[in-house]
Amino acid sequence: MALRNIIGKRIGNGIGLVGRRSLSTATSDVENRNAKSMNLYSAINQALHLALETDPRAFVFGEDVSFGGVFRCTTGLADRFGKARVFNTPLCEQGIVGFGIGLAAMGNRAIAEIQFADYIYPAFDQIVNEAAKFRYRSGNQFNCGGLTIRAPYGAVGHGGHYHSQSPEAFFCHVPGIKVVIPRSPRQAKGLLLSCIRDPNPVVFFEPKWLYRLAVEEVPEHDYMLPLSKAEVIRQGSDITLVGWGAQLSIMEQACIEAEKDGISCELIDLKTLIPWDKETVEASVRKTGRVLISHEAPVTGGFGAEISASIVERCFLRLEAPVARVCGLDTPFPLVFEPFYMPSKNKVLDAIKATVNY
Amino acid sequence: MPTLLSAWFNSHQPNLHPPSFYSLSLFRSSHPPPSPNPTLAMALSRFASSSRSGSLLKPLSSAISLRRPISTDTTPITLETSVPFTAHQCEAPSRTVQTSANELLTFFRDMALMRRMEIAADSLYKAKLIRGFCHLYDGQEAVAVGMEAALTKKDCIITAYRDHCTFMARGGTLLEVFAELMGRQAGCSRGKGGSMHFYKKDSNFYGGHGIVGAQVPLGCGLAFAQKYSKDEAVTFALYGDGAANQGQLFEALNISALWDLPAILVCENNHYGMGTAEWRAAKSPAYYKRGDYAPGLKVDGMDVLAVKQACTFAKEHALKNGPIILEMDTYRYHGHSMSDPGSTYRTRDEITGVRQERDPIERIRKLILSHDLATEKELKDIEKEVRKEVDDAIAQAKENPVPESSELFTNVYAKGLGVESFGADRKEVRATLP
Repeated sequence: MALRNIIGKRIGNGIGLVGRRSLSTATSDVENRNAKSMNLYSAINQALHLALETDPRAFVFGEDVSFGGVFRCTTGLADRFGKARVFNTPLCEQGIVGFGIGLAAMGNRAIAEIQFADYIYPAFDQIVNEAAKFRYRSGNQFNCGGLTIRAPYGAVGHGGHYHSQSPEAFFCHVPGIKVVIPRSPRQAKGLLLSCIRDPNPVVFFEPKWLYRLAVEEVPEHDYMLPLSKAEVIRQGSDITLVGWGAQLSIMEQACIEAEKDGISCELIDLKTLIPWDKETVEASVRKTGRVLISHEAPVTGGFGAEISASIVERCFLRLEAPVARVCGLDTPFPLVFEPFYMPSKNKVLDAIKATVNY
Repeated sequence: MPTLLSAWFNSHQPNLHPPSFYSLSLFRSSHPPPSPNPTLAMALSRFASSSRSGSLLKPLSSAISLRRPISTDTTPITLETSVPFTAHQCEAPSRTVQTSANELLTFFRDMALMRRMEIAADSLYKAKLIRGFCHLYDGQEAVAVGMEAALTKKDCIITAYRDHCTFMARGGTLLEVFAELMGRQAGCSRGKGGSMHFYKKDSNFYGGHGIVGAQVPLGCGLAFAQKYSKDEAVTFALYGDGAANQGQLFEALNISALWDLPAILVCENNHYGMGTAEWRAAKSPAYYKRGDYAPGLKVDGMDVLAVKQACTFAKEHALKNGPIILEMDTYRYHGHSMSDPGSTYRTRDEITGVRQERDPIERIRKLILSHDLATEKELKDIEKEVRKEVDDAIAQAKENPVPESSELFTNVYAKGLGVESFGADRKEVRATLP
């Protein structure tokens, strides 16, 4: 059965409408039986249903999750598993995460939802100081590995300052937690199930722009995708592009355009940001000699900086050009200026050409 | 209402005004004043019907002039609020409020303007001229208007994202509102803030905040600065029933109480935190009591006179004794934001019920009419005027240009810091942040 992702138009970019095209998945790492076409929020919904089904000590909670959540990721859970396992919390992120850590410390799977990643900061202390260090400071007596925090992140076209942020870089600086970002429905389901079942606390960022826009064939059975394994989703030989989440579809479009100019691009989906798969990226850079990293978060101090520094450290002599980063600007996420702020396809394309022609 | 203008002028002397609204019927001195009725609407209709029958003291609505001199009349009128105040750890202020025809008509006009503005914003949003988020305040106008009546421009107000009307009350113009909503240069935040970030420095309106509850500690900080500078001014920090469960509120309250800061925490309780009813989010929905050691007052937020009274009381209290919590019992007709129909978590009957029984503009309208401070036609004319003003402002705002692209980089840091901001790949856009 042919695997085809159909990602709809990502409008509002200000640069131009993007037609439908496929995001090619080079490796089929999941069996395709009983695949059904569904979008991102349905895939996540399925993953949550499976997680609660298979583990009687799994809980889903957060603001407004009971009726299905503001993005419908939690529909049907409360009806099926009851209010004791799927429940709303009051409006207090710090409380939600702290509560989740405690629940996980007792051996349960706490799946907390933060309504928008922009609101995760009150919980930042809990995540960094409590969740990440629990196992370490108790000498492995206690841990909150059962904790998974889900949050929609990223631009959505009209989100403005507080509904569009990409805070993944803040969390990538914290040893003790994992940060995972899926790029499509099929990936999301597998990765989320892995995160929930992983014995470490995980922050799972979901690209909100793709909730409805990304539609893919997703197998109905229970499957997990490995964490800390990057995936080469497009083979190439001239330049390596590294990204995650919704930005990959933009990069894919740039790759296709670059192809017309004879530049063969290799596209890697990092999937897990920490601990990240250095080997795969390194192997690809050794092949191509050039690397470009792209993310929506502001360029200074973004996770691209870590990848860049690591690659330079490990592949310095192989590099043919400086490591390029095409990222958001160093300003707060703007309101009307969003099209200028975003690392669009043309910016990526320009950088590809500049790097290749260095 | 057939009345004689001259007769009204002759009879309009201060000593004829009775102390209580319910016993305004002087011509019926043989009847004892009716006992205060819990539902203002019922009381009003009862009064209105009783006064119409054969009073010689009623004024005539002149069809000659649109503006009667009465609209600027500042002779005090004494009225009672709809319900008494409920107090926690303090003495409730009296139900009796002093107002005047001028004030009531100003209230009416201001609230009608706000109502029309919000409804116009609704249409603009649906027409995709406003993008992003839009949280409408219609139904809650009395809080903004009543509060402003009790304060001076030296007092600070800080609120959350449902800030269009609070901004207007603080002296904002319609053009600034619509331009900001549409992201244009003439907006109050130069088009860079949007619906949730209205600010007005010269009238000490500190905005306009997106993160729930985050504005309250800020408000307490403002109060500290006011106390330090001996401004004799206070800060009103507004938040909603959803935000009342945020930890930072209690931190801020503790600090304010410890240091006796002139901070007034106002909980605009519209009973729904987005889609969650208050009883499902809060163990104790008596928000005015949640200050525990801090005094609190529960106010009917749909009665602009009650709001004004409470805010006056609170200001006095805070200047002497430190923080106080005001809970405004109010209601919003729209959903949480434009993407919320507002009917999945509450019934339409509930919404229409509140609109009929407690609407703040209707309440003032009835007060004005039953006191013969203006005719129905005049009030309708005010509404028409207001509508036109709103339409004009929208037309003007539509013409306004969007901010320059270079504005993307301005005001990230203070001026002249010379920090560089990089565009994509550090090669394309290099701007020194001004």
